[in-house]
Amino acid sequence: MAGAREIRTKIKSVANTRKVTRALEMVSASKIRKAQDLMRASRPYARAMRQVAGHVARANTEFKHPFLTEREQVKRVGYIIVSTDRGLCGGLNSNLFRKLLGEIREWHDKGVEVDIVAIGSKANVFFRRLKVNLVGSATHLGEKPKIEQLIGVIKIMLDGYSTGKIDRLTLAYNDFVNTMTQKPTLDQLLPLPPSDTLATAHDWDYLYEPDAESVLGHVLTRYIESLVYQSTLENLASEHAARMVAMKSAGDNAKKAIDSLTLVYNKVRQAAITQEISEIVGGAAAV
Amino acid sequence: MTTIRCDIVGAESEIFHGQAKMVIATGEAGELGIAPRHAPLITRLKPGQVRVQLENGEEQCFYVSGGILEVQPQVVTVLADTAIRARDLDEAAARRAKENAERLLANRADAVEIAQAQAELMQAVAQLRAIEQLRKQLKH
Repeated sequence: MAGAREIRTKIKSVANTRKVTRALEMVSASKIRKAQDLMRASRPYARAMRQVAGHVARANTEFKHPFLTEREQVKRVGYIIVSTDRGLCGGLNSNLFRKLLGEIREWHDKGVEVDIVAIGSKANVFFRRLKVNLVGSATHLGEKPKIEQLIGVIKIMLDGYSTGKIDRLTLAYNDFVNTMTQKPTLDQLLPLPPSDTLATAHDWDYLYEPDAESVLGHVLTRYIESLVYQSTLENLASEHAARMVAMKSAGDNAKKAIDSLTLVYNKVRQAAITQEISEIVGGAAAV
Repeated sequence: MTTIRCDIVGAESEIFHGQAKMVIATGEAGELGIAPRHAPLITRLKPGQVRVQLENGEEQCFYVSGGILEVQPQVVTVLADTAIRARDLDEAAARRAKENAERLLANRADAVEIAQAQAELMQAVAQLRAIEQLRKQLKH
């Protein structure tokens, strides 16, 4: 009977695990809603920002902002990497990092150095082990990221670009497609790709106050900040979705384990009973 | 009476949108009143009020801590900063982010924060593996 008791304890512990995964799943299911609401709330700003940036990039002809011009030589590139603060969300972070590693290797092969800014602890932990230059990080953004929390890291990269330290800036995050699908995405931020700024051609120009250069710089900075902020929200929604799915499959696996363990348990118990009976019968026959 | 569409949006939420007779804001170069058919204009805003005069003569007031005002022939867009922004503050934020990274680099020992649930799950995985083995033994 010792075997049977052992199995029973195991069944109990797997059942406990299942409770944990189910709880985590339900927590994520409710948080995903809030994350989606946040995403929706910040969309008008992103849309308005995109329009304004599109107009600005097209309207002004006599002044070309450095953020909009492609540089001929690329010596060092920057990445802003948005990841989660916590684990247990399936392959969400590793998928993104794998995609990035490929790119980083390509740059290294070309002799180009890579600067990295990490948003979220997971990116932090992962990239500080690599041979890349971690220049800034923002972690513990919580369930409601604020744009204030991101200003610092973005500024590091934008300053790097303006001073010529880096020649290209890319944003990496998980795009929230739906609950089942999250897509690792790399978007080029600087120089702003022309498709982003492609608006209908204007034959007019703005009145600038105080002057074109500073207003343009200001608008483009805000535009990039809004892109990074938006991607952080996308990543947050992706995190909860991925965790929900991961926990669901963990729960399913636990259920399967319980089922097969119960089967084994019953067999062991039956075998013990049979053995006991045959011993009694054998004993009785001997008397 | 002619009106102009007015959108006021903050990075984290939409603040106002509707038709307006006039939009009054504090630009970098001074107070601005935008009436319909204003010439296209773009300016930075100083911290202060944005007042919107509605069609029915009512006036709505919003506080912005800076931002961008854009005037197009059909629409006035105010991109409000929700955060309090200043060059020094931005500078400080950048420095903090950098220090954060440096601290993490210096602190090589894995300071990974593992949620309690994660520990529990690791345990469970080990248990599951043990069960697998037990089952195999029983079969033989």
